[in-house]
Amino acid sequence: MCQVDEDFQGQLEHTEVPSISKKCVKCKEKTAVVVIRAGDTYCRDCFREYFIHKFRAMLGKNRIIFPGEKVLLAVSGGPSSCSMLSQVQEGLSQNAHKKLRFIPGIVYIDEGAAAGRSVDDRKTAMAQMQTLFEATGFPFHLVPLEQVLDLSPSVLVMAPSPSEQPGSAYKAAVDQFIQSKGHWPPRPQDQDQDQDLDQASLPDIQESHTQLLQQLMSSTKTQTAREELLSMLRQHLLVHTARTKGYSKLMLGDCCSRLAVKLLSSIALGRGAQLAQDTGFSDSRYGDIITVRPMRDYSSKEIVFYNHMFKVPSIFIPGLDTMTADKSSIQRLTESFVTKLQADFPSTVSTIYRTSEKLQTAWKGSCAADVCDTCLLCLCALDTTVENASAFQATLISEQLSQTKPPETSSAINPNLNPGSALATTTGQCCSGEGECGKKGGGCCSSPRVPETTDMRSLLCYSCRQTVKDMSSVDHLPAYILLEAQRRNRRSQMREQISEFILDEGV
Amino acid sequence: MYAKICLIFLFLSRGGAELLFKGVKEHHVTLPTQSEPWDVKQLLVWIQRNLLKERPELFVQGDSVRPGILVLINDADWELMGELDYQLQDQDNIVFISTLHGG
Repeated sequence: MCQVDEDFQGQLEHTEVPSISKKCVKCKEKTAVVVIRAGDTYCRDCFREYFIHKFRAMLGKNRIIFPGEKVLLAVSGGPSSCSMLSQVQEGLSQNAHKKLRFIPGIVYIDEGAAAGRSVDDRKTAMAQMQTLFEATGFPFHLVPLEQVLDLSPSVLVMAPSPSEQPGSAYKAAVDQFIQSKGHWPPRPQDQDQDQDLDQASLPDIQESHTQLLQQLMSSTKTQTAREELLSMLRQHLLVHTARTKGYSKLMLGDCCSRLAVKLLSSIALGRGAQLAQDTGFSDSRYGDIITVRPMRDYSSKEIVFYNHMFKVPSIFIPGLDTMTADKSSIQRLTESFVTKLQADFPSTVSTIYRTSEKLQTAWKGSCAADVCDTCLLCLCALDTTVENASAFQATLISEQLSQTKPPETSSAINPNLNPGSALATTTGQCCSGEGECGKKGGGCCSSPRVPETTDMRSLLCYSCRQTVKDMSSVDHLPAYILLEAQRRNRRSQMREQISEFILDEGV
Repeated sequence: MYAKICLIFLFLSRGGAELLFKGVKEHHVTLPTQSEPWDVKQLLVWIQRNLLKERPELFVQGDSVRPGILVLINDADWELMGELDYQLQDQDNIVFISTLHGG
């Protein structure tokens, strides 16, 4: 495109009249200020209307958030989530045309430790977020990522959803809500107390915890795995916060540009089976907490323009991927691929995103009830229980074969002789890490550890296995993950032992 | 021939484009006098030479801005203003906003 301009600059300079005179496509009167989609120009007022309507339409269409329900907004400080916050504020304001009827709360997760930021930097960021949240008047929770180390294993268990609500229930609930309108807004006392506790002071961060977290992060060998791991931990912490504070929905600020990137990078990461849940409007993998993505219809350009024009505050906080090169991770590479393509082909993002809309998981109802069938890290249904003649098994076998080459890995265990230990072979590599194994001698791969590692893998989905594989040792994982892994292993062992006596319900 | 032009730049981003400019978000600059009018294309070259000291690949690509960085001229989309060919006026207000995560 730029080259064309260069070659014919003389011509273009005269033909291209300053196009400031372009009018808004909607009202056809005012001067346009923003171009969205392919060539739709909007003026300031129409753009605002369009933007606000889209948010309400998204929630209205999906009928997932019931009136009076407590909804936790996950705000990172970035433009998208801050825009979501401002839309919720707008929707709840007294003069809103079609008022939103849920009760919002905000959570911010401080990932400074994972990104290696200094304590002072993190405190400043926290204070900025606090000011931002105080201005909204909503209850808020500032949670340092370190708290992930104190989680209990129950986070990883899918909680039963309260009740299956049919579509008609939504309408009834709305009607009922409107009748009892006099009591709104229901700001219960207990909520305020809760709020005071949380907001009294910035949460203390134990230095030892920070170090543990940094150890965990640095135990990952690739930036790709690090980003995956961070997003898993963040997700666990969000769900935990929602559960303990009594929220039943969790709103994430993923916009469609982001989701398009996520979709493609998820495929590259082997998360094809989980795509629908990872990128859809709502995600019920946690059972009781439903994740909602109300911003998924907005492109990042719309969001940025809205935020700039209507002074929506957002706070820039450097993260794990700030200032990294394009090729530092699969996620970053995909992002630059999509944005570069988008520059020349403006419908790139929307095409990818429309695809994600059509995806559905072939969800087996019986599996959902069984805890053992979900991945330990991402809590999606396991995609690894497939027949022998599958691509997955083929990958395992080829991995196993290629592993037998280096002589040092076979020193700890001799997997080649043992036909039954296919998994042991592939995971032995997990803690081998060439140099490390040599230094620590047998200690790293000592016998009590090996079965633990092995079993951990069998509890993960394909993609999470890859993430864990890129870690030098699983021991740095937070205790709740390890404990839950052990518990599930004992379970399955026990089941195996008594399997002869069980009347199998599955067959 | 053309008088000095005063501009205000603003760098806002999620990915830290302002970090490229030593953490300074707002720049008030006066462009030197030159024989032909200043357009955005020349401006980008000037920024690269005078303000941007490290990692120019995170801000420019070819002779335009990197895809994913939005440009606003006087609070309007630069696509409406002729993008790189827009001729700068005195007291113009130019905003660069990055939508990228890692930039």
